[in-house]
Amino acid sequence: MSWHNTPIALMAKALAAKEVSSKELTTYFLDRIEAGKRWNAYLDVNAHLSLEQANAADALIAAGKGGKLTGIPVAHKDVFVTRGWKSTAASKMLDGYLSPFDATVVANLGIPSEDNPSGAGMVCLGKTNMDEFAMGSSNENSAYGPVLNPWNAQYVSGGSSGGSAAAVAAGLAPIATGTDTGGSIRQPAAFCSLTGIKPTYGRVSRYGMIAYASSLDQAGPMGKTAEDCAMLLSAMSSHDPRDSTSLADSGEDYGRYLNQPWKEGNTNPGKPLEGLRIGLPKEFFAEGLAQDVANSVNAAAKALQDLGATLIEVSLPKTKLSIPVYYVLAPAEASSNLSRFDGVRYGHRTKEYRDLGDMYQKSRTEGFGAEVRRRILIGAYVLSHGYYDAYYLQAQKIRRIIAADFQAAFNQCDLILGPVAPDVAWRLGEKSKDPVQMYLEDIYTLSTNLAGLPAMSIPCGFNPNNLPIGLQLIGNYFSEARLLQVAHQYQQASDWHLRQASEVA
Amino acid sequence: MKLDDVQRIAHLSRLELNQAEAEAVLPQLQAIFSLVEEMQAVDTTGLEPLAHPILFIRDLAQPLRVDRVSESDHRAENMLSAPAQQDGYFLVPRVIE
Repeated sequence: MSWHNTPIALMAKALAAKEVSSKELTTYFLDRIEAGKRWNAYLDVNAHLSLEQANAADALIAAGKGGKLTGIPVAHKDVFVTRGWKSTAASKMLDGYLSPFDATVVANLGIPSEDNPSGAGMVCLGKTNMDEFAMGSSNENSAYGPVLNPWNAQYVSGGSSGGSAAAVAAGLAPIATGTDTGGSIRQPAAFCSLTGIKPTYGRVSRYGMIAYASSLDQAGPMGKTAEDCAMLLSAMSSHDPRDSTSLADSGEDYGRYLNQPWKEGNTNPGKPLEGLRIGLPKEFFAEGLAQDVANSVNAAAKALQDLGATLIEVSLPKTKLSIPVYYVLAPAEASSNLSRFDGVRYGHRTKEYRDLGDMYQKSRTEGFGAEVRRRILIGAYVLSHGYYDAYYLQAQKIRRIIAADFQAAFNQCDLILGPVAPDVAWRLGEKSKDPVQMYLEDIYTLSTNLAGLPAMSIPCGFNPNNLPIGLQLIGNYFSEARLLQVAHQYQQASDWHLRQASEVA
Repeated sequence: MKLDDVQRIAHLSRLELNQAEAEAVLPQLQAIFSLVEEMQAVDTTGLEPLAHPILFIRDLAQPLRVDRVSESDHRAENMLSAPAQQDGYFLVPRVIE
């Protein structure tokens, strides 16, 4: 059985029917991880611990205490602190760091215990590579080397959740967790032909998620299908008293609409999306969008129209400005969040120093990579005396306009459709010398983080070089279940998400 | 932004940049800030800054927990990743002579 081609929804059925054990599944993926090291998708693997969890999951299933996800393996982005595995955020600063506790996401998905009675019973396969502290769009900013794209090893996997994307695309995990601050779930999902969703800000706890930009960071699933993502998100999302930004109305069954028509009572099986109004922002199809990407995204819009949806043009006038707004606010929050790394309580400490100040300075300079240092400098500048109003406050005011523009669009439509990124994955090294060039690639994903809206990435085609193209769907606040419903209906009528990377055996 | 600014913010950030590194990072920061300047053309008179996205749609109550001891002693685990320690304390260079 080729389990790496199997969605977790089917894996769950096989486990429940005792056709396979969690130990067998876990061994299967651990073997593939060992054989698939060339992708550099994982930063830490501990077969002994994974198998221990698999045995615990099998015992739960045997005792009739298994839940829907019990026994299914999952890979965690290295931004989630995980007991037993190293948690480094792909930074030298946290080289070898062992967390004394589990992130809420890890606990929610993990083996239930006395401290964690509601754990879903999934087995951790290990920690996936990422851009250092989630800062990057290509995974080339990892202190442990770039992740290669399983569709073509000459190309980037996307970032910052590139390790999670490559792990699933290369069949080294059936599903993975990611985080999205400015597109870090959606863009690598698009580059590696996966389905991923960034939920509404506050749906998933940030406790134990190593912070980059706290008002933008949000975790979500990356998998093969919308149905798989709905299953994982339902288990990840919960109200967490340990995260003050966690929303009280968080836990829900995000898969509840999957097989229903958009409009209740619609009995036309050929037109399940009748009544759905999809807005296409004209700014998402303007200059800068690659023709191959535009063609595939337009074809996907047409496919949704064939399923009964109505397409209308909408406008998000500040789309271009989301880049400067984001690259002021995210570095500002990062410079503040990363001030905790001082070489005193944990993390890298330099070998030789004159005094405390020298120790801070040398430890931080050695521990952080070039992009992280750059963003700390930008953040310190925009927050400093004399620049705060012109940069930081101005960005926060435009952020309000961006959020209002989305509401104006949602007066006309139920969800928004566009590309995830202006182009497909680029060649390794192609954009790493020019940070601005890389920032411009985030143009279609940043605004949803600024507004706190849910958005997803769905495979919708390939360019002539067989590199994947992603379709983005953006919903209004708390509409994740509806987004997943539309994505699921699209996947019932298309097969892009079922294609396998040819370099993957 | 000038070279002096780079050294000033590097110091504020407790990062060390030698002359060559500062000169290398300056044009990168200048390029980023020429992008950032585009924000100045937007009229934001009378708008409140938006610090938290959910505040755009509704007020958020500051969640408060009951004031009781909820954590047990994790001192040994918390010290595991300390770069230098003694008797359960984090060791730093002498600050007071």
